[in-house]
Amino acid sequence: MTTSPPAASASTHPAPADPGTTPGGALLAAHDLHLAFGPTTALASASLEVHPGEVLALMGPSGSGKSTLLHCLAGILRPDSGRVTYGGRDLTAMSDVERSALRRSEFGFVFQFGQLVPELTCAENVALPLRLAGVGRRDALGTAREWLTRLEVPDVADKRPGQTSGGQGQRVAVARALVTRPRVVFADEPTGALDSLNGERVMQMFVAAARDTGAAVVLVTHEARVAAYSDREAVVRDGRVREQVRA
Amino acid sequence: MTVAPALLGLLQSGPRHGYDLKRAFDERFGQDKPLAYGQVYSTLARLLKNGLVEVEHEPGDGPDRKRYAITEAGVSDVAVWLATPEKPEPYLQSAMYTKVVLALLTGRDAADVLDAQRTEHLRLMRELTRRKSEGDLADQLVCDHALFHLEADLRWLELTAARLDDLATSVRG
Amino acid sequence: MSASTPPRSSWAADLALGARMSVGGGRSGWARLALIAIGVGVGVAMLLIVASLPSVVDARTERTDARSIGSGVVEEQGDNTLLTQIVRSGFRDLGVEGRLLQAEGVRVPLPPGVDRALAPGEIVLSPALQRLMDSPDGEAIRGRWGDTVVGTIGPEGLAGPGELTFYLGTDDLDEETATRINAFGNPDEQGGGLGPELLLLGLVGLAVMIVPLASFIATAVRFGGEARDRRLAALRLVGADVGTTRRIAAGETLVGAAAGIAVGGLLLLVAQHVLPPLVPPALTFYPEDLRPAPVLAALVVIGVPVASVLVTLSAMRRVVVEPLGVVRRSEVTRRRLWWRILLPVAGAALLHPLIGGMDDDSSGDQAMVTAGVVLLLVGVALLLPWAVDAVVGRLGRGGVAWELAVRRLQLESGAAVRAITAIVVSVAGLIAIQGTFGAIQAEAEGDGELQGSVFQAKVIDTRSGAVGQEWVDGLTGTPGVRDVVTSTFTLAHVETDPDQLIGVEVGPCSVLTHETGITDCAEGDVIVVATEGAELPTPGTTYVLGEPGSGGGTWELPGDARSATLGEFHLYLSGLPSTIYVTPTALGGADVAEGYESVLVALDPDVPDAVDRLRTTAADVEMLAYVADAEQGSLTGVLGTARQALLAGTIALLVVVGASLLVNVAEQLRERRRPFAVLLAFGTRRRTLGLSVLWQVAIPVAVGITLAIVTGTALSVVLQGGLSAPIGIDWWAIGLISGGAALVVLLVTAASLPLLAGLTRSQGLQSE
Repeated sequence: MTTSPPAASASTHPAPADPGTTPGGALLAAHDLHLAFGPTTALASASLEVHPGEVLALMGPSGSGKSTLLHCLAGILRPDSGRVTYGGRDLTAMSDVERSALRRSEFGFVFQFGQLVPELTCAENVALPLRLAGVGRRDALGTAREWLTRLEVPDVADKRPGQTSGGQGQRVAVARALVTRPRVVFADEPTGALDSLNGERVMQMFVAAARDTGAAVVLVTHEARVAAYSDREAVVRDGRVREQVRA
Repeated sequence: MTVAPALLGLLQSGPRHGYDLKRAFDERFGQDKPLAYGQVYSTLARLLKNGLVEVEHEPGDGPDRKRYAITEAGVSDVAVWLATPEKPEPYLQSAMYTKVVLALLTGRDAADVLDAQRTEHLRLMRELTRRKSEGDLADQLVCDHALFHLEADLRWLELTAARLDDLATSVRG
Repeated sequence: MSASTPPRSSWAADLALGARMSVGGGRSGWARLALIAIGVGVGVAMLLIVASLPSVVDARTERTDARSIGSGVVEEQGDNTLLTQIVRSGFRDLGVEGRLLQAEGVRVPLPPGVDRALAPGEIVLSPALQRLMDSPDGEAIRGRWGDTVVGTIGPEGLAGPGELTFYLGTDDLDEETATRINAFGNPDEQGGGLGPELLLLGLVGLAVMIVPLASFIATAVRFGGEARDRRLAALRLVGADVGTTRRIAAGETLVGAAAGIAVGGLLLLVAQHVLPPLVPPALTFYPEDLRPAPVLAALVVIGVPVASVLVTLSAMRRVVVEPLGVVRRSEVTRRRLWWRILLPVAGAALLHPLIGGMDDDSSGDQAMVTAGVVLLLVGVALLLPWAVDAVVGRLGRGGVAWELAVRRLQLESGAAVRAITAIVVSVAGLIAIQGTFGAIQAEAEGDGELQGSVFQAKVIDTRSGAVGQEWVDGLTGTPGVRDVVTSTFTLAHVETDPDQLIGVEVGPCSVLTHETGITDCAEGDVIVVATEGAELPTPGTTYVLGEPGSGGGTWELPGDARSATLGEFHLYLSGLPSTIYVTPTALGGADVAEGYESVLVALDPDVPDAVDRLRTTAADVEMLAYVADAEQGSLTGVLGTARQALLAGTIALLVVVGASLLVNVAEQLRERRRPFAVLLAFGTRRRTLGLSVLWQVAIPVAVGITLAIVTGTALSVVLQGGLSAPIGIDWWAIGLISGGAALVVLLVTAASLPLLAGLTRSQGLQSE
């Protein structure tokens, strides 16, 4: 261990067998996270486990801190205190370079909108994580097109995101999230900007494709019908994970 | 009760045996619960009595050699039924609400009640979602209908959970 | 102990990805790239033009050297020698300088650009002079040197295409009045170089050009910054680390910079043909002269992309591009004054050698002063954001348009400030130069003897002896000439002490009042004029007139001689501590010996081009005589040229500033299309939006120009102190430049209104 977890967090966990691994075979776990934005408390002692291959819905009213928790789990935000471990490694102690590397190789992201680069074509957008990971342009684009075909949007490959419909754009985003065969996909209201029908289609394809690749999904949503695609749910209320039920 | 108009409607495309009628009903509308034979025949008997269907006997013997056909009165009855909007359910009598209030009154944790209910709702919703993705369009529409209703319940659960403190004050006060 | 880091894209791939993104994005993407390319291109073109100035000067010098007479000067007359002399003349405010050629043999050298020997009376003209003479305007100069035009001078014999010059064949020259040469070319040592004051002005001028250009390019590179930040945030989300993000941004910037350099190169080609007709005749050059010096060109071609990348990276330092978006650090911290004021204070400190005057040849001081000026100007650029914040923060409420503008500026004034930094720096610099220049010029003009007198022209005849009558006869009767009078100047020395020299000028009262500035004068008066502090001659002293040893008569300074004081400038010309002005009667017939006669001419202001008619007549009397006129007088020569150059520079800068502002406003409008569309959607009038754009441009510009005027005036005062010029504030220059800048702002706003209308007309509310 070159890095050690914060002393406070270590002492609040009684008898951890090994501070680097999470009991119960969790792939990704949050331990007692606290995070405040100025006077606003976003997370107050939030703990959560994500297991390999499961689809976990994070539910809760708006402002409850569910998106903040997702961002902490993904290593995008750093909590004020507490730890996030991924495969036994402490995400909160990693450098930006290491966390960036995780994002492009082990994690995938699907957000409500705006995560596609408007200057690039859809195929180039999907190929982006591969290219950032050093894959050659031709190979990356080939893989990207396969994914677009799999998500039934091969026609948009050479269009820019601005020229596609919302549903198509989200499928492109799903393709981009899965193209590196990540172990965890973080999805924040992935259907939030879509109507019911398109939202259902995107969720069906997303969850099916994620299960195929064996990726775990952390799905933030306030819609029960979207959460119904999950294997289990956790509710975030007032910055705390209210409940966590294993399916 | 929608079984009688549904049977009438099915008969409008042509006369059927009682058994065929049941199968057709189950196929389209049965979903979870297939119709019992008894209910089919008792309903047909009532329709017959009201002159909405008539019986055609086929040559040969057997108890089930009767074919049912819709009458003029039956056709117009279907038309009237289709044109009459269903009365929206007011849902004013809610068992869930009662449970929450009682939990508060008896000093139990109402949030637990709500959480347990949500878990149960979501379990059912998962089930329906799974069926939806495996089934055909009819399955999807029926499941969606149920899902939207369950979602409405869940929204109510969320809202109530957010307002438990206020509710506690007003119930006990 | 963490697992080995997953593979990462290469530098080249990152740069390529950035390049790909800069050309993506459909119409708006191309529009942004075009904006950057045009912005950088204009800047690069200006830099390349500045980088070409040495070549222009070299090319011009090369050609003027080739026709100069230096090592070709010989003593002995021969088969291949000719006599030559320069003829200085002018037309209106333009200088005309020609050369008389008198062949002494058959193998005489030909000046460059002339293809045949000239017989007496034959003349070849520069094309520009030919055009002038052929034009209706040229009536007063036509035939000044005869009518036998036998050709034009080729480009190789001219400093530039606009030069007014000629070669005239003659047989009037002799060894006394001319130089004998056997070849053209190979000049003397470069005489008449720039004095310290002009060198200083030149250095400041260069700084004034470079600083705004640099800030202009920096502004252009940052066009579309907000969109880029969003794009980079999206990249961070999919796993680009900070370093990769920077490289991708660098790749994007490089495309813009490269496109800008290409545009700049094209603009230079255009400038080669567009510029020459626009520059003053004394500075003209041929298109092929305008080519950047290779080293400087390389500096621009390499420096601009490198600087662009640095600017982008430094702009990115101020924002934190996170996967979830962009956090602007500047919003959190208020702009502080203390460190921004360091630079201008340091600059001012470096200027201290100027206080109390600067030595002529201390190059260390000059470097220090130049550095000081640059620091001061850059400091103004740094102070500007703080000043705009401070002012905008205190602005109160007003109409809807005003409030929209003020609130917007309070929220984010960075873009607005960047847009005007170039203007502010250049206006400050220009006011400093113009002010200093105005002071030098006012000094020179204030001492010019022909100012505000009854005489508007003076004929300077280098021949000695009694030529006065010849001029009176020759000039009287010329259209526009009202009066011709002569006076005689000679040296004199105290009879008992040949070393005590004094000047004696004998002439009628009109000349005496003209030259001394006294108001009452009657025939028989004697007036003694001395430099301030010099000892006045004692009445009763006996003087021997004429150069020592020339055998002039003696004369006694009468007791009723009055005294007057003259400015330094005039007496400096004669080099004597004092001069006695004597009316002919008071001289009492004493022999003046070899005096220099000067001829003063009164002109009729109602006759157009009277001076030039006079010049043409004068050329007939004596080709080599020079006619100085009141208006031109002090302006001919280097000072006049510098003024013209400055004017050209001012106009060029205002053009850059205008282009910069327009492009910037266009960029701002493009980025804020949606808010505008929303405002329109709930009923805001277009006029209100237009006004708010105007305020948004005008408020920072007003703050900036005030800052510029204060700094520029202060700088000008310090520079004037350094040049020992009388301290004065050039309100005219301030008014002119500020007014010009304000006009540019108005024009820019007006030009952007159609853009605003177009942007908000239909598609603003539709997302891309």
